[in-house]
Amino acid sequence: MDRLLFLLATGLARGAIFALFALSLVLIWRAARVVNFAQGAMAVVATYVAFAVTGLTGSYWIGLASALVAGGLMGLIVERGVMRFASHASPLSGVIIAIGVVMVLQSLLGIAFGPNARPMEAPFPETPIVLGGVPVLSPYDLFVLVVAIGLMGLLALIFTRTSLGLQLRASAFAPEVSRLLGVRVARMVTAGWVLASAVGALAALLLVPTELGLNPHSADMLFVSAFTVAVVGGLDSPPGALVGGLVVGVLISLVTGYLGATVAPIAVLGLLVAVLLVRPGGLFAATEARTA
Amino acid sequence: MSAQPQSASPAAGTGSTATGARAGGTLELDGLTVGYGGAPVLRDVSIRVPAGAIVALLGANGAGKTTLLRTVSALVPVASGRIVFDGVDLAGVRVEDRARAGLAQVPEGRSVVAELTVDENLRLGGLQRFRGRRLASAVDGVYDLFEPLARRRRAAGHQLSGGERQMLALGRAIIAEPRVLLLDEPSLGLAPRVVAQIMAVLRALRDERGLTVLLAEQNVTSALAVADHGVVLNLGEVVADRPAEDLRTDSALRHAYLGF
Amino acid sequence: MSARTQTPRPQTPRTAGPLTTSIRAARPGASARRPTSRLLATALVLTLVAIGATFLLDPYRNYQFALIAATFCATAGLTLLIGLTGQLSLGHAALMAAGGYGYALAANALTDAGVDGVPRFVVSLAAAAAASALLGLLLGLAAARLKGPYLSGVTLVLVIALPAFTAVFSGVFRGDQGVQIAYDGVPPALRTLIAVEQWQAWVAILVAAAVVTWLAVLRNGPAGLRMRAVRDDETSARLQGVRAGRVKVLAFTASSIAAGAGGAVLCFVTQSVSPGAYTLAFSLLLVVAVVIGGLGSLLGAFLGSIVIVLLPWVIQTATGALDLSADAAQRLTGNLPVLVFGVLLIVVTAAWPGGIRAALPKRLRTKRMPRRGAPPMQTSTVAAAEPATVTPTAAPRHPDPEPRTSPAAEPIPTTTER
Repeated sequence: MDRLLFLLATGLARGAIFALFALSLVLIWRAARVVNFAQGAMAVVATYVAFAVTGLTGSYWIGLASALVAGGLMGLIVERGVMRFASHASPLSGVIIAIGVVMVLQSLLGIAFGPNARPMEAPFPETPIVLGGVPVLSPYDLFVLVVAIGLMGLLALIFTRTSLGLQLRASAFAPEVSRLLGVRVARMVTAGWVLASAVGALAALLLVPTELGLNPHSADMLFVSAFTVAVVGGLDSPPGALVGGLVVGVLISLVTGYLGATVAPIAVLGLLVAVLLVRPGGLFAATEARTA
Repeated sequence: MSAQPQSASPAAGTGSTATGARAGGTLELDGLTVGYGGAPVLRDVSIRVPAGAIVALLGANGAGKTTLLRTVSALVPVASGRIVFDGVDLAGVRVEDRARAGLAQVPEGRSVVAELTVDENLRLGGLQRFRGRRLASAVDGVYDLFEPLARRRRAAGHQLSGGERQMLALGRAIIAEPRVLLLDEPSLGLAPRVVAQIMAVLRALRDERGLTVLLAEQNVTSALAVADHGVVLNLGEVVADRPAEDLRTDSALRHAYLGF
Repeated sequence: MSARTQTPRPQTPRTAGPLTTSIRAARPGASARRPTSRLLATALVLTLVAIGATFLLDPYRNYQFALIAATFCATAGLTLLIGLTGQLSLGHAALMAAGGYGYALAANALTDAGVDGVPRFVVSLAAAAAASALLGLLLGLAAARLKGPYLSGVTLVLVIALPAFTAVFSGVFRGDQGVQIAYDGVPPALRTLIAVEQWQAWVAILVAAAVVTWLAVLRNGPAGLRMRAVRDDETSARLQGVRAGRVKVLAFTASSIAAGAGGAVLCFVTQSVSPGAYTLAFSLLLVVAVVIGGLGSLLGAFLGSIVIVLLPWVIQTATGALDLSADAAQRLTGNLPVLVFGVLLIVVTAAWPGGIRAALPKRLRTKRMPRRGAPPMQTSTVAAAEPATVTPTAAPRHPDPEPRTSPAAEPIPTTTER
C-alpha cells in the first residue's frame, strides 16, 4: 500500500513532465500540422546549454533560464531554417525532415560531448518526504509538479486571454482566413515553435536529474512517452495533454515499480496501440476521423 | 476621394494607424490575367471600382468571380497585369499586408473560424487596428449593427446558423474599418430576408462611411439592387461593364449578358 | 530461384492477335501480361549479372554485397509502402528483426531435428516471412486506421520497445545476447568453386531478387493500382468499391515480409540476431536510404542501400587514416555518418518539395484522367524531378525498379529513358 502511494505520487510528478513535453508537441501540431519528431533532440541541446551555464555560473536558475532561451532559439532555427521547406502537400515530408534534424543534432552532440552520461544535479533533494510514516514525494518532485502546473496555467492564460493567443489559435485553425484578417500567420507559426520548444526544453531539463544523466539520447524515451501522451489526449487538445500525461506517468511508474523498468516501453506501446485502435482521435477528441 | 494621403503605402500598413473612420479607397484592376499554368482563368480583366461605390461582379458559376477576388487579396498569383489600390501597385504585397492596408475580403462560404467564439472572431478581425478598450467598443459597434450576433457572443462559430455566420463574417471584415471590401457570394444559401438585411447593411456602409465594395454575386437581382455599377464576367473575360441602372432596367441587355 | 517460379497469373483470357494490343494501349491501367513477363526477364538477367559480379569481388566486398542485398529487401518494402500508400514506417528495423528471429529460431529447431543445408534455409526463410508477416499484419491493422504521423509514431515506439521485448521474453529471444545459429557453409557441390562470402552473397542476391521481383509484380498489378487509388483519394477509392482498409493492411504486410526476408538474410550472413543490430538508428537509416534514393523507386532503394551500407565504412576508413586520439576517432566514426545522413535527409526532402509525389507521378497520370485540381504546372516539376529517379537506370544491376507499363501509357515523354 505504501509502495503504491509512493509510485502514484512519483508517477504524477513524472507525468507532469510528460504532460509538459506532450504540450510542446500539441502546440507545434496545432501551429504547423507537424508532429515534431525532433522535439526531444532539440530539448536535449537546450539541456546541454543549461548544463554548461549552470557549470559556469554555479546557479541552477540561470541554467534554467538559459534552457528556456536556448529551447526557444532551437525552435526558431529549426522552423525558419529547415521546417519551412517541408512540403505542405505531403504530411510525410515534415516528419522526414524532423528525423533529419534528430540525426544532425544527436550526432553533433555525440561528436562534441561523447556518448557518456553526465550527472545533473537537482536543485532540491530527491529523497522522498515521509508523511505519517509513508514516503510520498521528494521536494524535487514537488518542485516539478509546481513548475509544470504553473507553466501550463500560464500557457492557458496566454492562449485564451491575450491577443497573441487569439492570433495563435486563429492561425492554427484557419490560416487563410487569418491572413485575410491581417494576421501574420507565418510569424504566428514561428511563435508557436518558439513557445513549444521552450516548453519542451524545460520538460527535458526537469526530467534529466531524475534519470541516469545527460547524454545525446536523454530525451528519446521522453519523446516516445510524450508522443503517446499526445495521442492519448488527442493531438489537438492541450487539456488532453495534461490528463494524458498524468495517465501515462502513473502507468509507467506502476509498471516500472511492479514489473521492472524493462517492461515500461512495452506498456507504452500497448497503451498507444490500444488508444489508437479504440479511439483514433484520442480520448478527448470531439472529431472521429484522424487524417493528417 | 481618399481621405488618406497618397503616401499611405499599403505595404507599410500605415493606414491602420490612422484614427477615426476611414473613407473608401479605389481599386483598379488593369489587364489582369490569372492562370494555373494552362488556360487562363481570368483573361485581360480591367475593372475600376471608384471610391465609395458598390460594384457588382456578376456571372455564372465558373466565370472567375472567386478567382478574381482571391487574386486581389493575393491568395492567387497574378500572371500578368496590375492591381492598384488607392494609386499604389500591390505587386509583391502579401495577403496580410493587403488586409492591414484596408483591403478586406469576406471569402465565400464558412469563413467564420468555427473553433472561436463570436466575440473572438470579431476581436480577431479588429485587433490589427484597435487594441484594448477601443477594440471592445469596435466589437460593440458590430453588435449594434447585427443584433442577432449580440445574443450569441459566447457561442462557438460552428454553433451559428448560416445567416449568423454571414453576419459574423461581414461584421468581422468591417470592424477594422476597411477602405475596400471584397465580398464573395454573401447571399449564398441564405433566406431572402437575411439577404435583404445584408444588402441593407452594405448600402448603409456605403452611404454613411463611403465604403468601397466589390460584390461578387450570382443573385443578380439582389446585387443590382444595391450596386452602382455592374461588371459581367464570362469564362474569365469581362463581357459587360455598365451602370447598374442599365442592367437593372434594360431587359434586352440583361438577357444578352445575364441570360434572363 | 524463386524469381523464376514467380510466374504471373494470366489476368486476361489469352486472345491472340492485334486486337488485344490495341485494347491494352487504350486502357493503360489494365494490368498487362506482357510487361510482367518482361519484368521477370529483366529481373532474371539482372540477377545473373549480380551473381556474375560476385566473381569479380574479393571476399570482404562480397560480404558487403550480401549486406546490401539484405538491406535492399527491407528498403524495397519500405519504399513501396511509402510510395504506394503514403504510410511512413519508422520501425522497419523491428520488422527485419522479426524476420531475423523467426529465421534463427526455426533454423535452431531444424538443426536440433537434424535438418540442414538448403531445406533448413528454405524452411527457416519461410518462418522468417511468417513471423514478419504476422507482425506486419498486426501493424497493418493499426495502420489501416491511422495516417501520417500516427503510424510513424507507433512504429517508432515499436522499434524502441524491441530490446524490452527481447529482455522480457529472454527465454526465447535471449535478451541483449540475441540468438546464435549454426554455421551454414558452402554446399559441397560448390565448395571447390567459391568461398563462403561469395556463397552468402549469392543467397542474399537470390532472396533479394525474389522479394523485389515479387514487390514489382505486386506494384504493377491490380493491387498496386488499388494502393495508389487509396493513397491519392481514399474516399473516391472507397466509392469505386476499393476496400481501403484491406488494401492498406495488404501493403503493410507485403512490406513487412520483404523486411523480414532481409532480416533473415542478415541472420544467415552473420549467424546471429540480436536487438543491438536493429536499433532506432538503423531503422532511421532505412528511411534515409529510401528518401535519398527517391521515394517509391525500387532502384532508388537499391542505391540508398548501397549508400547506407558503404558510407559508414568509408567514413570509418577515412577517420582511421587520420591521426586522431582514440576518443575523438570513436566519436567521429559513430556520429559522422549519422550527421551526413541527417543532412542528406533534410536537403533531399527540402530541396525537392513533394518528393514523395514527384517520385510516382508518371504512373499516377497513366492511371486516370487529368484532374481538375492537378494544375499543368505540376507537369514541369515532374519532368524536372524525373531524371533524378530514372537516369541511373543506365547502369542496371538489379531488378528493374520502374515498372514499365506500355510506353503508350505515358503522356510525359521521358527522354532519359530507353
